[in-house]
Amino acid sequence: MVKTLERNLDGWELLTSTLVWSAAVLVTAIFCWLLGDILWHGINHLSWTFLTAPPQNAGREGGIGPIIVSTVLILGVCLGVSLPIGVGTAILLAEFTMDDSLFGRLTRRSLDVLSGVPSIVFGLFGNAFFSKTLGLGFSILSGGLTLSCMVLPILIRSTEEGFRSVPTGYRLSATALGLSRTSTLVHLLLPAAVPGLLVGLVLGVGRAIAETAALMFTSGYVDRVPESLLDSGRALSIHIFDLSMNVPGGDAHAYASALVLVALLLAINGTASWLSEHWLHRKIVPI
Amino acid sequence: MISSGSNTLSRWPTDRLLLWLLRGIATIAGAIVLLIMVFLVMEAGPALRHVGVARFFTDPSWHPAEGFYNLTPMLWGTLFAMVGSVLIATPLGILSAVFCRYYAPPAVARIYRKLIELLAGIPSVVYGFWGLVVLVPLIGAIHPPGPSLLTGIVIVAIMILPTIALMADASLTNVPQQYMRGAVALGLSRGATIRRVVFPAAKSGLFTGVILETGRAIGETMAILMVCGNVVQTPHSLFDPIRTLTANIALEMAYALGDHRAALFVSGLVLMAMIAALVAAADWISHGRIYG
Amino acid sequence: MNQCCGFFVLKKYAALVALSMAILLCVPVSAGAQKTAGDQLTGKLVITGASTLAPLIAEIGKRFESLHPAVRIDVQSGGSSRGVADARQGLADIGMVSRAMKEDERDLSAFPVARDGVCPILHHENPVQALADEQVVAIYTGKITNWKTVGGADAPITVVNKAEGRSTLEVFLHYFKLKNVDVRAQVVIGENEQGVKTVAGNRNAIGYVSIGTAEYDAAHGVPIKLLPIGGVAASTESVAKGIFPLSRPLHLVTRASPSGLAKDFIEYAQSKAVHDLIRQQYFVPLAD
Repeated sequence: MVKTLERNLDGWELLTSTLVWSAAVLVTAIFCWLLGDILWHGINHLSWTFLTAPPQNAGREGGIGPIIVSTVLILGVCLGVSLPIGVGTAILLAEFTMDDSLFGRLTRRSLDVLSGVPSIVFGLFGNAFFSKTLGLGFSILSGGLTLSCMVLPILIRSTEEGFRSVPTGYRLSATALGLSRTSTLVHLLLPAAVPGLLVGLVLGVGRAIAETAALMFTSGYVDRVPESLLDSGRALSIHIFDLSMNVPGGDAHAYASALVLVALLLAINGTASWLSEHWLHRKIVPI
Repeated sequence: MISSGSNTLSRWPTDRLLLWLLRGIATIAGAIVLLIMVFLVMEAGPALRHVGVARFFTDPSWHPAEGFYNLTPMLWGTLFAMVGSVLIATPLGILSAVFCRYYAPPAVARIYRKLIELLAGIPSVVYGFWGLVVLVPLIGAIHPPGPSLLTGIVIVAIMILPTIALMADASLTNVPQQYMRGAVALGLSRGATIRRVVFPAAKSGLFTGVILETGRAIGETMAILMVCGNVVQTPHSLFDPIRTLTANIALEMAYALGDHRAALFVSGLVLMAMIAALVAAADWISHGRIYG
Repeated sequence: MNQCCGFFVLKKYAALVALSMAILLCVPVSAGAQKTAGDQLTGKLVITGASTLAPLIAEIGKRFESLHPAVRIDVQSGGSSRGVADARQGLADIGMVSRAMKEDERDLSAFPVARDGVCPILHHENPVQALADEQVVAIYTGKITNWKTVGGADAPITVVNKAEGRSTLEVFLHYFKLKNVDVRAQVVIGENEQGVKTVAGNRNAIGYVSIGTAEYDAAHGVPIKLLPIGGVAASTESVAKGIFPLSRPLHLVTRASPSGLAKDFIEYAQSKAVHDLIRQQYFVPLAD
């Protein structure tokens, strides 16, 4: 990475430096406060039993095993549906559409609007469309499909940014070599745009895991291990909500569940980073 | 657009197939919003017919049990919470990204980025819970009652910060190396490089991030429900409790029937209108060039 | 090379589509509620309604499932009105309602399973020990705004009210003969625990919650105290004795007379076998 000149004695430089460092310190402080609070209150209740046992006594005792299973299933459905659609749309918008074509503009505008739709409206929509109209009822499938609608705009946007950042030179070289557009896409552009895709994925997964309002009306409240995708299953965020807001004495396990959720997120992010570094070993050398 | 024209080396018309497949996928993605709009309009229909659009802004208050459906105080609540939180989160987020890229030693930058990514995934329930248990008493000690517009602004700002920080980080990464080399060659200081070279080059990504975070701020439900007080009134000070349109839907949806339920869908439509206005404004400001 | 790339892309998408179809088709169809011969219960019950009742009914459901392994009891939340609406429309087999039944709900069959009470709560350190009914009304309608008027510290009162449509609100308003339009609150909350946490975090707050919730929290160190009403101390004991003025029955409702699995479950929920579960959730079992 190219380093810039550091002239720290300059007045403006000092001001900018101070501003940037204090912003970083402030943000770190707030988040350490939040995470520290969760850690402090939740760590005592974490154990292997907690992670695998079913909840007892309305969640005050026992564990969150079935809930983790439901959460992973919902995430799986969400990503399984939104990744192909998201990447496909991003490819279309970035590579195959003129910037001012009607189709491109309409799709982009509608995605912009979609990204702003409140989660509670998604909950209503998911409830009426997936649960009632499509007849899926309270189920993992309804929840996952609703979440994929929410995650889609973020994924598409970041992936598109990723594609736009690939230098034109690559495409020109590929054409000069006589590669088809599909080949160019698969072998050249996708690997180069993966960082953008991963950012979108991380943001999207983050948003999906964190969702409560949308899942409350679509995947439900049942805290048993779901036997199929059509079963209702309680997601981790809903469990945390129930324990902290509805069950007296549920705070301790609410904190512990929040800790598990944070750990799950770390695991997903870590996997995404590892994948990007090792799986795509056919790295493109930057020009 | 670069086109390779015909695909002479393959028996399959892969390019054409791919194009149509992608078009189909993109149509699905684009149609979701239409579907949501159609559904919202259908459900909001009864209220619009029986109550009439004007009454949503002129009734004495919001008391569905008595047949009053004034949305204005909650609209103000949503607007103030959104503006306040975006004003706080944007500079902090962009500065965080700048810190990560240009000021921090590589090890610190890695940890910092991990921290921000982590925070993007914490559920709004946890933020709300923390806000209720930690922030609300704190702000209550400064000025009762505690749950207020200010608490809402602070919590939502914390929640949307990772969005803008990560998007800004990604777009700062995409600034071409040649620009940076040119700046060094010209002898520009770090601050000047960032202000004059990097920000203009990363404009589109930063703008994208701001739009995404504003959308998120408008749509935040659970955390606001827990820390804002949920009193239907137009706030006159930062310490007044407010109710946003989203929190209102969450509070009343499960119980609402008939016209009340349709009125809640009307507030959903108002939210969509706000988002559409936001997108239109963004388009106008950038003269459609944010993607260029 | 182009051939295999084209193939590859097609194959990748085809594989994805096939996988999704496979997942969807693996899903078994859920059976309706039924009772087979030989007294082996099978089937699924969907129960929706009051969030106050949901943890209790979920626990009763789990115990019922352990007695009859082929049965599934699915409990969803959503509120008393939701329970009534879903039971009426057949979207749920049983509805949960955390209040007395209204006049226009006579078409449903209601089965009480427990009792609960509603009482005002204050912060532990608030010097006020009791409030007369008129004082509570005056505080909630905004006529008294400072604690010193009722014998407390010189501080503004933070009134905590429940959101419209909640059974707890309706019970409270009904007893004090108030209308929601008259209430002047500074904070409006959704669930019971939110109310408890709000009052616990503010020395000058007053709110009202289910007695079960409040008693549990107070016993576990949360800094709140329960206020008596009409001179009667607020506790599950006084609700059990029937002397507490602000008490409410907790119901399971069905559209018509229940039969089959629903009937068995309701009978189980009303039986002595679950009294320990009811007490564990700090509600009051019905005396028989």
